[in-house]
Parts: sequence; C-alpha cells; structure tokens
Amino acid sequence: MKTWRRHTLTGYSWLMLVFLYLPIAILMIYSFNDSRINAVWSGFTWKWYLSLFDNRQVMQALGNSLSIGIISSVLATVLGTAASLAVKHYSARWRTVVNGLVYLPIVIPEIMMGLALLVLFSQIHMELGKATLIMAHVTFSMPYVMVIISARLADMGKELEEAAQDLGATPWETLRYVTLPLIMPGVVAGFLMSFTLSLDDFIISFFVAGPNSTTLPLYIYGLVKRGVSPEVNALSTLLIASTVLLVVVAELFRRKDSKTITY
Amino acid sequence: MLNKKPVKILALPALVWLFALFVVPMLLIAVLSFLKRGTYGQVVYEFTMNNYIRILDPLYGQIFWDTLVVAVLTTVLSILFGYPLAYYISRLDRSVQQIWLLLVMIPFWINFLVRSYAWVIILRSQGVVNTILESLGLITEPLPLLYNSGSVLLGMVYTLVPFMVLPIYVSLEQMDRRKLEAAYDLGATPWKAFWHVTLPMTKSGVVTGSILVFVSSIGMFVVPDVMGGAKSALIGNVIQNQFLSARDWPFGSALSIVLMLLSMLLILLYFRATKASETKEGAA
Repeated sequence: MKTWRRHTLTGYSWLMLVFLYLPIAILMIYSFNDSRINAVWSGFTWKWYLSLFDNRQVMQALGNSLSIGIISSVLATVLGTAASLAVKHYSARWRTVVNGLVYLPIVIPEIMMGLALLVLFSQIHMELGKATLIMAHVTFSMPYVMVIISARLADMGKELEEAAQDLGATPWETLRYVTLPLIMPGVVAGFLMSFTLSLDDFIISFFVAGPNSTTLPLYIYGLVKRGVSPEVNALSTLLIASTVLLVVVAELFRRKDSKTITY
Repeated sequence: MLNKKPVKILALPALVWLFALFVVPMLLIAVLSFLKRGTYGQVVYEFTMNNYIRILDPLYGQIFWDTLVVAVLTTVLSILFGYPLAYYISRLDRSVQQIWLLLVMIPFWINFLVRSYAWVIILRSQGVVNTILESLGLITEPLPLLYNSGSVLLGMVYTLVPFMVLPIYVSLEQMDRRKLEAAYDLGATPWKAFWHVTLPMTKSGVVTGSILVFVSSIGMFVVPDVMGGAKSALIGNVIQNQFLSARDWPFGSALSIVLMLLSMLLILLYFRATKASETKEGAA
C-alpha cells in the first residue's frame, strides 16, 4: 500500500474512534459540570453524584437492577451451560433444530420480544414486576451464554473426555471433573455477559417492568423524557463505567479461555 | 459407545424455557393480531381481519416507508463508515488488532439509550455545539440540530455501526490473501484489486453486518424517541404507542407482525441479490 493511502486509512480509523467515543466522553465530562441548564462549563462539582446517593428512587432502581441482574444471569448461565453440554451430543439434524430455537431470540428485533412477553404475562395474569423482569432477562441472555460456551466446547475436542471415560469415569463424573473445569472460564464469561446484558437492557424491560420495579435504564429514560438534568449524566456515567468494567473483565476471561485451550 | 442419554437431557430445561417464554409469546402475538380491541382496551376473543385492513391506511404506509428508508440509509451508511475501519483493523498486528476490536466493541455494549442521550447533550439548543458556535460569535440563534430526521439517522448510524465493523472484520480476517497477491502479480491497481478481489470475498461479512444493522434499526424506537422528537415517528414508536398508550394490543400486534414479515422478506431479497451477483462474478 502506498504511504498516503495508508495514512488516509489510519487517519480515518482514528476519526471513527473519536466519533464513537467523543459523545460518551462529553456525557461523562458534563456530569461534573456545575451548571444545571447550560452546556457552558461553570466549574467542577461532585454534587450530581452526591444527590444520586440521596435519591431513594435511584437507590431502589439500582437495587432492582443488581438483584435482577444477579438472579437472571445465574439462571441463564446454569440453563445455558447445561444445554450447551447436551447439544454437543445431539445428531446434526437435532442440533440444527435446537440452534435455530436458540439463535432466533438473538436476531429477532428486541421490541418484538418485549411485547410478546408483555402479551404472555398479561394472558396468564402474571403481575408485572421483578419476577417478569427476571424471566425476560433470562430469555434474552441465555442464548448468548450458549453461544460462548458452545464455542468453547467446539474448540475443546473430545480427547480428554474420552480419556476420562476410558479410565472408567461415568458420564456424570466426566462432566463434573473434566468438562466443567475446562469450560469454567467460558462459564464465567457467559455469566458476566448476561449480567451486562441484564444491567443494560432497556427495550425489553420497558415492556415487562411493573410500576414498582424500575431498573436503572428505565429510570434514566424517565429522566431523559422529563428534560435534561445533570443527574442523568451522572447516572449514565455510572452505568457506562460499570458496563465497560464488566465487558473488559468478561473479555479477559474469554481471552484466558482461548489461551488455555491451545495445548 | 457410551450411553450419552443422561447428558442429553440437560438441554431440556433450557428448551422448555425458550419454548414457554419465546415461542409461545411470539405465537400469541400472531393470534392477538386477529382479535378485536374492546372499548376499555381489553382483548375481545373474536376473529377479525380489521387490524390488517387498517394497516393499509396511507398514514401507516407512510410510516412503514419512512422506517424502511431510515433503516436502508442506516445500513448503507454503516457499510460506508464501517468497512474502512474493519479493513484498517484487519491489517494491524495481531496484538494491536485485539485492542482495536475491544475499542470498537465497548461503545456497542454501552446502553443505546445512554448513547443517544449523549448526542442530545451535544446537539440540543443549549448543547455543546451551539454553545461553542455562539461563544465564537458564529451564530446568534441556536441551530436546530436535534429532533429532525437527520439527527435520527445520525443516532442510528452511531449506535449501530459496531454491528457492521465486527462481521466485516471477521470476513476480512478469513480471506485468502494469496488471491490478492495474485491480483497484484497480474498487474491490478490497489483499487482494482480491492474492488474485484477483496470486496467480493468479504461479501458474507457485509451481508451479515447489513442484516444485523437492518433488523436493529427497523424495530428501533429509542433513538427516534430520544433524538427525533414527536415529528419523526417510526414504526417502532407507533407499535410502542399502541401497546402502552392507545392500549390497542391487537392492532399493535398486527403492526409488529407486518414489520417482522416485511423485514424477513427484505432480508431474503437482499440475500438473493448478493448471492446472484456472486455467481455472476464467478461465471465471468
């Protein structure tokens, strides 16, 4: 490649990174701006963060987000891990059928899943609240867990499991002492991913949350709709920070996963 | 061979879960779209085609059309913006590649409600852009940068472009570089080599990315809601309204069924079109 062409491409790519990050950076910077209404910088302040901690609704939304996130990702991880282990042993045809069922929720528009679940819960007269949120979050995050763990299992090969069985291990013993420890990094990555998805979900939660089960993204939406206040920036900044942290940790686990796999 | 049965049943809970909370609800939407809305917003169990007939109203035709235009534009712009970035990343050293990929992925993980809102801070009348322009004395009145179709498109491309970069990167990564070398050996210019070798060989990535972006933008209601104001309602906003404000669930269901069929049809056509051009090229 000629140098000027390479330089153009490099410059362009850096500009794209700026385009991707500048709005997020500005949002975060303005969460420390003293002014309530203006974009003019009028001094550094922590007060929006402090007022968040005094805000009972915010704390409640945080509590909801965390408890829903933990419960739903434990469930999604357990169900998804178990399913991935089983699907590996299916015949090609059944695997296609099962994978179709599993991957469909990923490609369907989120709004469809949200309102489909809303219709279901209303038809079985289930009151919208934490329980419905947890059920919805498990449904959309379990497929992602399965994608991660199936990839790990596909890379793993059969040798170690077969060796264990040759040495007289029952299928359950093989699972417990060979397969599970080997896929553990993938399981952790899957858990972290579903926790991130749960913490971040707005669209589906929007339809299945009851009036008393607001999560953080739903609370932010309420603030955004009511008008811009710097508290939204502060809350968004906290959400961004925790998302980034979780994604990076999940990515590290996934990396560790792919490193240990090459023996 | 060992008995694998005990392990095989491990998939059962997950499958039952997905059946009960994904398949059944989707079927319910389909059934609901043929039912009537009662006076108080309840569902009346009586068969009707009225919901679908109502969609033929030019008003909804217009909204569907607007939604399609935005979705197609978002997809095309995402390809134009995303391809060069994916190309650049695929040419980097392995270790640097990983960092760039993570950098592209991180915004994609950040809530797009939050990312759309970030643009509100920048574009609103007392936002960052207007404040800077005013303090430089370039404008006296704030420019109306927000709440128009341009800002919706910007928001859509901004939130969805990572969906395009990743699949294109993957296909660039898997591409057989020797064919590119062959093209150069035969005297192709870099542009020609790109146009006739690299681009056709990475078509699958472009197709995957396009489908991901298209599907996400067609049902999107958050970006138009936050960045578009009331003027630029897309079909996602109308559906959301039918469910939560108008409380006409049967009509909302019919709208979403049509939306889903329409998007499936378009994806199929797109698949066909890209496949057809591929075989044509192969024959040439």
